Amino acid sequence: MIRVDGLTKYYGAHAAIRNLSFAIESGEVIGFLGLNGAGKSTTLKVLGCVLLPTSGRVAIDGFDVTKDPHEIRKRIGFLPDTPPLYDEMTVGGYLAFVAELRGVPTAQVAQAVAEAERKTTLTEKHHDVISSLSHGYRQRVGLAQALVHNPKLLILDEPTGGLDPAQIVEMREVIRKLKGEHTVLVSSHILSEINQICDRYVVISAGEIIAQGTEEQLSLQLDSGGAIEVDVKGQATIAIDLIRNVPTVSDVVMVKLEKDFAQLRVQATSDVRPEIVRALVKADVDVVRIDRASGRLENIFLKLTQGRDA
Amino acid sequence: MRTVFLITRRELGSYLRTMSGYIIIAVMLFIDGLLFNAFAVPGPAKRSSEILADFFTVTSGVTMIGAVFLSMRLIAEERQTGTLALLYSSPVKDLEIVLGKFLSALLFLMLFFGFTLYMPLLVAAYGKVSWGHIASGYLGLTLVGSLSLAVGVFGSALNKSQVVAAVSAGVMCLALTTCWILGKATDRPFTELVMGLAWWGHFDPFRQGLVQTKHVAYFALVSFLALFAATRVLEARRWR
Repeated sequence: MIRVDGLTKYYGAHAAIRNLSFAIESGEVIGFLGLNGAGKSTTLKVLGCVLLPTSGRVAIDGFDVTKDPHEIRKRIGFLPDTPPLYDEMTVGGYLAFVAELRGVPTAQVAQAVAEAERKTTLTEKHHDVISSLSHGYRQRVGLAQALVHNPKLLILDEPTGGLDPAQIVEMREVIRKLKGEHTVLVSSHILSEINQICDRYVVISAGEIIAQGTEEQLSLQLDSGGAIEVDVKGQATIAIDLIRNVPTVSDVVMVKLEKDFAQLRVQATSDVRPEIVRALVKADVDVVRIDRASGRLENIFLKLTQGRDA
Repeated sequence: MRTVFLITRRELGSYLRTMSGYIIIAVMLFIDGLLFNAFAVPGPAKRSSEILADFFTVTSGVTMIGAVFLSMRLIAEERQTGTLALLYSSPVKDLEIVLGKFLSALLFLMLFFGFTLYMPLLVAAYGKVSWGHIASGYLGLTLVGSLSLAVGVFGSALNKSQVVAAVSAGVMCLALTTCWILGKATDRPFTELVMGLAWWGHFDPFRQGLVQTKHVAYFALVSFLALFAATRVLEARRWR
């Protein structure tokens, strides 16, 4: 669906993004991650044909952004970080205008608007003037305008920005429902807001891609398999010896010891949780919990971007 | 063409749904009425055609200033509020954006012309005027409005701030006005060239009831150049 090769964008002498390369397949939901100022919005603006690249090649659905921007614009829905809303219009009037602007035949506009409102749970707000809406609803209208013409690709720049926790959950649900119907590229600087809806992540820092892949792959990329936390009941010394004998385990340390409970941290070059469980159970050591210590995406993201973004 | 119509319709709706358009028109009508009473009507034994010509003179000035204020928001506001991204990411050509906005402002300006009609009708009621003279004058006003709006759209495309956009357009319109004075101060062959740039010389025949192709061509050319420049500015912004 998207092929980006060596994408660079300069603002004057400042390079906002440098030599980005990635690919996104149809139907995927991709999280585009980076701290503020990392270059996310610039990249998405280029993909949304709002800006033209300084160099590099960007192809969407087989069309080049510099040669066939019109063809691309027909196939994408773009929600910028600030929803592009005309405050004086009603929700229905605005969505009808956008639908017609994006080439929906006049006879089908009402149906397209109703469908977009249904997907974003805006039906009740059809006659409301946009200026009277809350921030959460404004964000939804922004999303509705991006999908009113049923595009193949949805580019959403921080769709959860400025929303309260309840609104974030609602917005996440809306985006989750779009999965399968559209390819979705969604950016955020707060991982917890999107980590439940994405298939894959592209992490950008200071204008460069520093990692990409699934949560699992990012974790492996970060610390070659990652640390594993094991909670055992009693017999901590035996457990440490047993785990040390598991292949690819390089180190085991006791993090916490309380009465008959011990927490161990295991370093390994691959995911050896099944092997650890088998070894401990075989020796009658009670395993209370086992998990990837750095498997939480928030930790991965922070570690990846640490020290890179000023 | 459908896209131009869509943008025109939305912009026109925006003028009619918000107070700013009505305020500008109300102020323009007030000033125009005031100037009509102060300058066009008074005078010893004036003929109806002279009153009418003077009415078109004062209305042309009001039109030019009003057009600057009507056009200042057209593109600058879209950049300020971030809605330009909607147009940029839609299958719309930059020329269509510029034309749509220009036409909406021109139609709104024609609404103002409609409200000024009572003044020529008053002259007709108390004297004798040619309907051709009135038509010619309003054609001239439309052309002055077209030129000023096109320059205003260009100023609006150049700037993010509406105030700066209005000032830029105002300066450009002032330059096109003062060429008339500047031309008088220069020697041949520059006199005709500099004076030819001024809009006033080209409007004068219209206000007197004469329609000449060369003067229509002047307004059309300057409007075209300003709109072309505005389109180029929008295109260039994508590369920034």
